[in-house]
Amino acid sequence: MIVTIASGKGGTGKTTVAVNLGLSLAAESKFTNPLFLDCDVEEPNAALFLHPTIHERREVGLMVPKVDAAKCTYCGRCAEVCQYHAIAVVGEGVLVFPELCHGCGSCSINCPTGAIDEVLHVMGSIERGQVNGIEFAQGTMNVGEPMAIPIIRQLKRWVIPPAPDDRPIILDAPPGTACPVVESMRGADFVLMVTEPTPFGLHDLRMAVDVARGELGLPVGVVVNRDGVGDKGVDEYCAAEDIPILMRIPLDRRIAEAYSDGTPLVEVLPEYGKRFVELWQRMAGGYR
Amino acid sequence: MKQMVILSGKGGTGKTSIAAALAHLAFQELSLVLADADVDAANLELVLDPTKREAHDFMSGQLAVIDPKKCTACGICAQVCRFDAVIDADRVYRIDPLACEGCASCFYQCPDEAIRMEEQQSGMWFRSDTRFGPLFHAHLFAGQENSGKLVTLVKQHARVRAMNDGAGLLLVDGPPGIGCPVISACSGADVALHVVEPTISGAHDLERIMGTTDHFGVPSLVAINKADLNLARSEAIAAFCAERGVEVVGRIPYDTVVTEAMVHGLPVTEYVDGPVTEALGKMWSRVKSWLD
Repeated sequence: MIVTIASGKGGTGKTTVAVNLGLSLAAESKFTNPLFLDCDVEEPNAALFLHPTIHERREVGLMVPKVDAAKCTYCGRCAEVCQYHAIAVVGEGVLVFPELCHGCGSCSINCPTGAIDEVLHVMGSIERGQVNGIEFAQGTMNVGEPMAIPIIRQLKRWVIPPAPDDRPIILDAPPGTACPVVESMRGADFVLMVTEPTPFGLHDLRMAVDVARGELGLPVGVVVNRDGVGDKGVDEYCAAEDIPILMRIPLDRRIAEAYSDGTPLVEVLPEYGKRFVELWQRMAGGYR
Repeated sequence: MKQMVILSGKGGTGKTSIAAALAHLAFQELSLVLADADVDAANLELVLDPTKREAHDFMSGQLAVIDPKKCTACGICAQVCRFDAVIDADRVYRIDPLACEGCASCFYQCPDEAIRMEEQQSGMWFRSDTRFGPLFHAHLFAGQENSGKLVTLVKQHARVRAMNDGAGLLLVDGPPGIGCPVISACSGADVALHVVEPTISGAHDLERIMGTTDHFGVPSLVAINKADLNLARSEAIAAFCAERGVEVVGRIPYDTVVTEAMVHGLPVTEYVDGPVTEALGKMWSRVKSWLD
């Protein structure tokens, strides 16, 4: 079962929930070793808490055009079919702008003289490794690159088996509600929203639910983090929208301090281990 | 006119709360234009109580659509699509609008001319008035692409307004991360104010966002939010900044009044006097002398 941990608003505790869920499931012998994917490739943080041993690394990116000047007739067909203005014919020369290219391959398919090859433009890396019974994988986008999606997509293709079974697969998504979040939710069986009970938390939770339930048709549940701060807006919204609140983590300075040093919650407050296992079982039990 | 963008790398470090407080403080000394560049989770309006004056559709890119009457189910579209956007349900082909990146590769390859490209609306943008000055903001529809383009659009309008008004400061509340909307948010900025928390992930993400603003030639300032949550890590962040020649312009204490202010829909500096407001006041004077 694949669960994506999302939130809309940043900093609500996605990584905290994902990491502790992974550690708690790994500690229970009745579960197959969980697979953990850090899909927040712009700011991957799960490894700071899990300290995995990485044993494999690949550079990833997009296939961008490379023009063979000997074959090119400067007909301009490539520039005409490119929707992203990533290739331009200027007199007797062809300019390629890799940072605008989406790697669709249309220029190379449409080139009448077969002058366009595709070469890898590296945008980041994907890595896999292991820690404490967790199979760990993460993507990292290179600084200065604009597009996260190709890295998330290749990370998922690399490590998620084609027909996942009961094995827990946990995806830690980036913040927001735009395309990288969609890519992190696509193919999931359940989306767990981590929110805080504040107006900002609620505003962005609504939008994230619009993506997961509205656009992708996935079942969703909520973890209320820093419970006790803020107001009742999130509770009222969840009741009205029939979204189950599956766990509450209280506002507790000890939790915030442990987090600040990279110590997982279940190490400071071991009683949470059981609660994270129950959280998983409730999701697997088919909450809608 | 100076342009300052508030960034963080990591989400939820307090960008918007600090942007709102700076708007409140700056407004008392100079004329101001505001832009919310976090278009897929726009929160500045929740604490500035804007009155919407204009709303515009954001048209961006296009999506492929298959005409089932013309489609002969040859499957070429599915072969050329690299985004897994062609859904083949028993040889009935259709396009998944969330996966389609509008590349038109299928449109050009379809032998039956059964595919057309349709212009898409993927959001709205707004011009509003707030008690601190005009606010330009936007709403990207759920799961859409091109957030960077929408950020650029919002900022263009804000910039034109700021120049026409002879405003002293264009204050941009940025998105989290380091990708396309962040790059759009920091383009043309005179300075980036990075809001960081003294946590292991905050420090890690600061290094990456600072790498991004360095890459695009935007100088950095740093504000440490919830500074007393972990004093050792606050010091480590300050040392990292000193090494890079980056000024730490503020250290804001950990205090739930920040959340209370948000619940009341007010910038914290307007909501209550106290250590947080005092720290933000000092920070604003540092920022202002830097901008001058």
